[in-house]
Order: sequence, then C-alpha cells, then structure tokens
Amino acid sequence: MATPQLAPEQLDAFGKEMDALRRRVVAQLGETDANYIRRVVDVQRKLEVTGRALMFAGVFPPAWIAGVIALSLSKIIDNMEIGHNVLHGQYDWMGDDALNSRDFEWDNVTVSELWKRSHNVQHHTYTNILGKDRDIGYGIVRITPEQRWNPYYLGNPVYAVLLSIFFQWGVMLHDLEVDQVVSGKKTWAEVSADGKLMARKALRQVGKDYVLFPALSGPFFLHTLAGNAAANLVRNLWSFAIIFCGHFPEEVQTFTEEEAANESRGQWYVRQLLGSANITGSKLFHLMSGNLSHQIEHHLFPDIPARRYTAIAVEVREACRRYGLPYNTGRFSKQLASVARQLVKLALPDRKQQQAPVDGAAAVRQAVAA
Amino acid sequence: MTAAPAEPAGGRRRRRNLLASIATPLLDTLTHPHGPDRYLEMINPAWSTREVRAEITGVRHRSPGTVTLLARPNRIWRGFRAGQHVALTTDIGGVRRSRCYSIVSSEHGPARQLEFTVHAEPDGLVSNHLQGIRPGTVVGLSQALGPFTLPDERPEQVLLISGGSGITPVLSILRTLRDEGRAESVTFLHYARTAGAVAYRDELDELAASGVRMLRSYTRGEGGELSGRFNPLHLAGVPADVPAWVCGPATLVETVREQWARPAELRTEHFTPPTPVAPVIDIGEPTGEIVFAGSDRRAANTGAPLLEQAEAAGLRPAFGCRMGICFTCTRRKTAGTVRRIDNGALSTGPDSDIQLCVTVPVGDVTVEL
Repeated sequence: MATPQLAPEQLDAFGKEMDALRRRVVAQLGETDANYIRRVVDVQRKLEVTGRALMFAGVFPPAWIAGVIALSLSKIIDNMEIGHNVLHGQYDWMGDDALNSRDFEWDNVTVSELWKRSHNVQHHTYTNILGKDRDIGYGIVRITPEQRWNPYYLGNPVYAVLLSIFFQWGVMLHDLEVDQVVSGKKTWAEVSADGKLMARKALRQVGKDYVLFPALSGPFFLHTLAGNAAANLVRNLWSFAIIFCGHFPEEVQTFTEEEAANESRGQWYVRQLLGSANITGSKLFHLMSGNLSHQIEHHLFPDIPARRYTAIAVEVREACRRYGLPYNTGRFSKQLASVARQLVKLALPDRKQQQAPVDGAAAVRQAVAA
Repeated sequence: MTAAPAEPAGGRRRRRNLLASIATPLLDTLTHPHGPDRYLEMINPAWSTREVRAEITGVRHRSPGTVTLLARPNRIWRGFRAGQHVALTTDIGGVRRSRCYSIVSSEHGPARQLEFTVHAEPDGLVSNHLQGIRPGTVVGLSQALGPFTLPDERPEQVLLISGGSGITPVLSILRTLRDEGRAESVTFLHYARTAGAVAYRDELDELAASGVRMLRSYTRGEGGELSGRFNPLHLAGVPADVPAWVCGPATLVETVREQWARPAELRTEHFTPPTPVAPVIDIGEPTGEIVFAGSDRRAANTGAPLLEQAEAAGLRPAFGCRMGICFTCTRRKTAGTVRRIDNGALSTGPDSDIQLCVTVPVGDVTVEL
C-alpha cells in the first residue's frame, strides 16, 4: 500500500471536500429517505410477524426453518438498517418519535442509551485510537499488533468464536465499562446503575423470546424456544462478521492518542477513512448489513441516512484516488478471511523484526508534526 | 336507592381492569421493544394504544385558500370543549410538522367527528400543505387544549367577537349553544375584510335566523350590520355584565382588550403568526438573548455554539462528541432561530430538536435546558 504523504494544506482541502459533500447530501434529505426507512420498518415487522406465526407450526420442519429464516432476517434488519442507523440520529430530522435516536430501542439485549455512549461518542469520535476506542477487540480479542501481547491472547481465535456466538451479550456487557473502574473513570455505583438497566432490558428480551412466545405455542414450547434461539444466533453471527470486517481487516490502521491529538477536521476525516473498510456486494447485501458494508462512508458521515452511502461512496473513492489515500474495500469473503488471519496471527507473540511503520498513521503523524 | 344496578357495572369495570392489568404488560412484552402500535399500524394506520391519530374523512373547499377537514379520531381521543384547539401533526417532505387548529364542531355533534377549517397563510408550510390533503390520510392530533371555553354553567348571555379566521373556535361555541337551545343568548360580532371573505357565510345566516344576534362588519366592503374596525360603540345594547370571548388576529384582540371598560370577564385567544423565515444569514454581530427555559437562566448571545454558551452560563448539559455526530446534546428549542455552523442551515420553527454543539443562535432563542 502506498504511503499517503499529505501536506497540511492537502489535508485541509480534503476536509473541505468532505464537508461540501456532506452539505450537498444533507440538503437533499427528504421524503424519499423518510419513505425508505418506513418501508424498511414495514418489511421488518412483516418478517417478524411471519416468523413468529410460522414458529407456532414449528413441529413441521419446513415451517420451523422458514420461521427461523424470517425471524433472523427481522432481527438483522431491526438491529442494523433500522436500529443502528436510527440510534445514530440519521432520521432525527424527520421528527418522528418512533424513529428518533433519543427514544429508540432495538430488538436485542443491548441498552440503546448505554450503547449510544460507547458507540456514537467513544467509537465514532475516537475511531481506532488505541486506549480511547473501546471497540478495538471489545476488550476481549487482540485484533491489532498495537495491542500488547500477553499469554491470555493464545486463546484469541476461541474468544472470537465465543464472542460471535454471544455477540449481543458481549456488546451489552461491553457497555458496563468495568475496565473504566480500574482506571478510575467510572465508579462502581455507576456500573451498578448501568447494570440495572441492562438487567431490565435483558429480562424483557429473554422473557419474550424464551418464555412468552414458547408458552403461547403450547405443546410446541421447545420448538419455538429453539427457533427463537436460532434466530438470535444467526443475527449474532452475522452482525459480528459485518462489524469485524468494518474495522479489523489487516490493512486497517489504528492510531495512538498522540497521533490523534489536536487533529484538524481534515485529519479527523483521514483517520476515519484509514480506520475503516468496506465490503462490496449487492443491494440486498447492503440492506442486510445496515449499509455498514459502507463502513468508510458511515465513519465519515455517521449521521447521514445510510441509504445514501452507495452514492456518496463513488465521490469519496474518487477523492481518495486524487489525494492518493487508500480506500480499503473487498468482497465479504476476502475481508472475513483477512479478519480471521489477523485473529489467528495475533494469538501469538509478535515476531522479532518490527514491521514497517503503519502507512496511514504515518500520514497523520507527519501532518500533526508539520 | 339505586345501588343495585350500579353493582354489575362496577363488576364489569373491575373485570375489565383486571383484564387490562394482565393484557397490557403481556402485550408490551410480546411487542418489546417497539410497543403494540408498530404492529397495530399494519392493520390500520390510525390505530394506536397511546396517541391520538385521526383519519381525514372529508375535504371541502368552501372558498379559495381555505379548506374544511372532517377528521375521525381513534379511541385515544378524550373529547373536547367548545372553543378548544388541537396540535395537528402531518408529514411534509418527510418531516413531521405540528400546528394548532381550532375545532369548529359543536360539543354535541357526532362523537368521533371533528371539523377544522384551515386558512392558507402566506408562507404557511402546514396550512398550505393541508389545502391539498386527501381523504384517507392519517394525521396525528394532541388531546384538546386551551382554556378558551364556556363555563359548564352557561351564562345567561354571551358575547362572542371574532376577526377573520379567528371565527373557528367562536363558531364551535356558537354551534354548541345553538344545539343547547340557547341561540338567543348570543351576541356575535364578526370582523372580516369583505362579505366574500367570511368562512361559513351561509351558516352564519342560518344562525342569525335561529336567534343569534349577528353583527358583521366588513372593513373593506359594504353590507354588514356594523362598519369599520372594532370600537366600543359596536357593543351598544349588550349589557355591561355579559361575559365575552374574543378570538382573532393579535391587532383585534389587543384593540378589544385596550378598550374593554366593562366589569364583565373577557377571555381572549389569538393566533400567533408563523415565525418569518430569516431572509439573510447574518453572520455579523451576534444579537439577542438566550433563555434556558428549564433552569430559568438567561444569557446575552455571544455567537458561540449553544453548548458552549450554556456551559458559560453555568449549566452542565449532557454532551458527547462536540462535533455534531453523536446527538447526545440534542435539546428542544421552543422559540427562535438557530444556524448550524457546519452547513449554515437555519432552524426557524418552534419546538424543534437541535444539536447544541453545532448550532449558534440568530437573535433571541429559547431552549429547554
């Protein structure tokens, strides 16, 4: 990968271009975006009702399988194209209470209020800054060589598989921020208050999927329970895969706090760009990934409705070409394989010879020094 | 004693309450986290367990620039008293907009039919949009609001005064009193530019025929029972102790209030004109005052983002990224205009949610903080 050596004035120009692109898109937001997200909600709830209904006939294997598929799709769309994006405030401008980042809750155990804090604030403001972006490896796996190795990481691939299976629980507990207590940024009282919110939300989710709907199925209690568990598992595996492909393929950069200190708007954009990776795919694939397949565009413009990212990507990519900035994209299989290689490789201690300094970080580092 | 027949009704109510106390949490958990409305809408978009929604069942254009709507509210609607208004919500260009409109219906009309008459204001976003609304559209409504109502014990005589489109709540009171057989207790003064500009012209003639003392004045035309703008002489023959209700443009309401030398009570309602859209973005000297309504603090606008100004005023609003991406600092602006520093967009309307970290006040602003 070529080393992007951007002068401060080039960084400023890049930042201005991104600001202008943002203004252009925001000015166009309107009825088509509103109709789109309402249509997605409509598809999601139809899938959900269909899935739940089919589960009642779960004693017939084809009905059970169809039910699991419908409910999995419902949960994936609810969490990704609707939940994640609504919680980013992408649709706040509509003034619709049902699609507003302040009040929205999604169909998983994560408490949206706490997730917004760790995701919208910490992850999106401090993307891939080691020590500030707590989403790097979720405090469980080692995903970048900059995380110091210790023997715990020998289990890296196993932890990753477990995290993918229990992803919604992992993300929920991640928001407890127990690590912040050790560093003194959070008190046990605050952890306990957050824990209560989590317990309440988790109880309702578990009650719905594993008690009430199975109970309503009468003699087919276990069929429904297994079907709902399967749908939650499918959603967990899928969202884990999409999210890890967005930030952790091999070429994606991480940064130190010094590198990101006092950065300009242009530098902030470049860090978002270098810290994210896209996945190519069909329209359906983009919908099912909540358009996080356009992770780069999402990180540049996290509050712009995600359906706009496909069009924005054309311009971002063209700008990257002109400025000589890398634009990390690839097929799902390629990005996933890259993440898997990384997880396995980083389970072991670093090899003797230090790798060349990371390219993208160097660009920002140099610009900061300038 | 009539205790015996009351028992079964009480028993039914208890059973219904018991059923609701089981069914409501059950339904809430089954539909968690989105709530029952998200699924009820699939059957009928006007159905809801929490909010008033109404289907537009009739659209009539009586005169150019005016539309009369009939609306059928859902079962969350708790009814209204003559003279009250609602906030009506509809989507325009994908954005939810709310404006207040008076109910024109009689209290004694069909229980689930409301009538509104909307006059297209110049630059009025919602009032112009509603001119083209189609039957079958579902709109949001608040519950009935406002103290511009008759006392339960009706006064012996009533004086009603309205100007222009301010006729709507007054007509609701008029119709209600007529339905109660009290048409003859009403003196009604109405001010309009010309006879042709009077909404409900035919109905006013009918009301006059049924006994209402009808006094119309056309400020720019011939033919009324009175002439010119309001003056106390127009009240000749109305006893001084008759309570009055006046609704109309601010100028009319103010004139009546200033010249009111009677002992009787005067209740007023006026329509605030829509906030004019600031024509030019003035990035010169910052002007105006910021009112932090929640904490009762004020500060002179320094031109800095609202978040910084709130902090300078000693407030500690929640914030996150301080660059407009995380929406942690979003608060409701109840009045005034703010400009986004990233794209220059103006937010002029009342009751809009704004991100404090990336907006600066343009003149006077009130924020719920």
